[in-house]
Formats: sequence, C-alpha cells, structure tokens
Amino acid sequence: MDSQLSLNLDSYLGTHATAMIVRSKRATVLANNLANADTPGYKAQDLSFKNILNKQSDNQISLSGNNKSHIGTLQSATLSPTVMYRVPTQTSQDGNTVQTDIEKSAFTENAIRYQASLQFTQSRVSGLIKAIRGE
Amino acid sequence: MNLFNIFDTTGHALNTQNIRLNIIASNIGNANTVASSPDEAYKALNPIFSQAIDQATGLTDGSVAVQSIETSDRPHPMLYQPDNPMADENGYIYQSNVNSIEEMANMIAASRSYQTNVEVVNTSKTLMLETIRMGR
Repeated sequence: MDSQLSLNLDSYLGTHATAMIVRSKRATVLANNLANADTPGYKAQDLSFKNILNKQSDNQISLSGNNKSHIGTLQSATLSPTVMYRVPTQTSQDGNTVQTDIEKSAFTENAIRYQASLQFTQSRVSGLIKAIRGE
Repeated sequence: MNLFNIFDTTGHALNTQNIRLNIIASNIGNANTVASSPDEAYKALNPIFSQAIDQATGLTDGSVAVQSIETSDRPHPMLYQPDNPMADENGYIYQSNVNSIEEMANMIAASRSYQTNVEVVNTSKTLMLETIRMGR
C-alpha cells in the first residue's frame, strides 16, 4: 500500500486543532479571573503564548531561521502552556489584580480566535468527509 | 474538555454574587430600623469572598466562594426622640449602622460582576455548541 494514503489525523488537522486546546485553556484561566474579580488578594493570571511557541519549536526539527523574527513550526499536539501572573496597570487596596475590562476584552478576543481556529478545523474535516464520500 | 470547567467556575461566581446581592437587599431593607439599645439595633452585614477550596484535593480550584459573613462594628447613630415608644430611659433611639450610599455602590458592583459572568457562560456555551457541530 502506498504510505501516502495512510493519514495521521493529528497532523492533518494541523495547528488549528492544537490552537483550540490552548484557546480553551486560556478561556478557563480568564473565566477564573472574572469569577474572582471581587476576591481580596486574588492575583490575575494569563497564559504566555510566547513560551508555548518556544516550547513547540524546541520539540521539532526546526527550520533554520536567519532573522530573529522568524518563527518556528508549530504542529505537535502536546501542550503545556505556562500560566503567568498579570502585572496590573493600577493597584487596588485589597491586593486583587483583576482588571475586569481588560479580562473581558481578552476573553472576547480569545473566543474570536477560538472560533477562527474552529472554522479552519471545520473546513479540514469537511474536506476529509468530501474525500471519503468521493463526491 | 476544558471549557466545561468554565461553567463550574462561573456558576460559583454567580452564586456568590447572588449571596452578596441578598445581603445588600437585607442591609438596605433594614437601613431605617431603630432599636432601644445599640446591641439590639440592626448591624450591616458584609460577605467576605475567598478562592474556593476543592473538597477532594484541598487545593484552590480557581473558583470563588463566600468565606464568611461579617457584621459591621461601626457605631450606631443615636437620635433623641423621647416620644418614640422604642426610646430608652434617656430618650434616645438607636438606628442601624447601614450606610445606604455604600450599599447602593456595592449593589451596582455586584450586578456588574453578575452580568460579566453571565456573558462568560454565554460565550463559552456558543463556542462549545459550535465545536460539537463540527463536520456537519
């Protein structure tokens, strides 16, 4: 059998399926922030996407980059994003660092990016289904 | 799936904000009550929030809970009303120590927090439903 016909679903779905996992993790972190907007001493958190990207490119056979703005390839499905504390622009007296409007806009942005990744994955899936049906 | 946790977290947050609103309603409702002594007079209640502890693991699960409800120890305003049947032997009655303006501001903050959390639930719900429909 031709090896080209055997399909690895993970690599077929590509970056966007992985991105959805990260996006849903980030949505959880941001929802926690919003839930604790009135908890004294709570420190707001967020995921560091730069670290995710760096970790990703460590695991891969990386493309040679001769410019510091070159980004490595991003494909593996195992992700462990680093949770980092947000630095508030304005401190509050009870030690809480949640800035509701910032968290809210970050949550919305994250939801839109999730939807974008979802659309890309969706078109991959429907493409696959079309190929299976042979229509 | 990770997005399921959001419903849990946000559900707790909605519950705590609801408790806060209940307490504010009780404070505002009793703002004008009077009593014969400072001990009997209504004392303003205040919910104290903290991060929820997961019963099984003993760790914080990122959610929020009401840790305790404290009573305010502010002095009660005294009014000289010798004709009032509640007046003590010196003719004074004691009002509740609720600050209505503070409670109103607190109420707005609580309802804003509630709204934010409802929006979070709605967005997560839409995302999940769209993910479930994938490939159709």
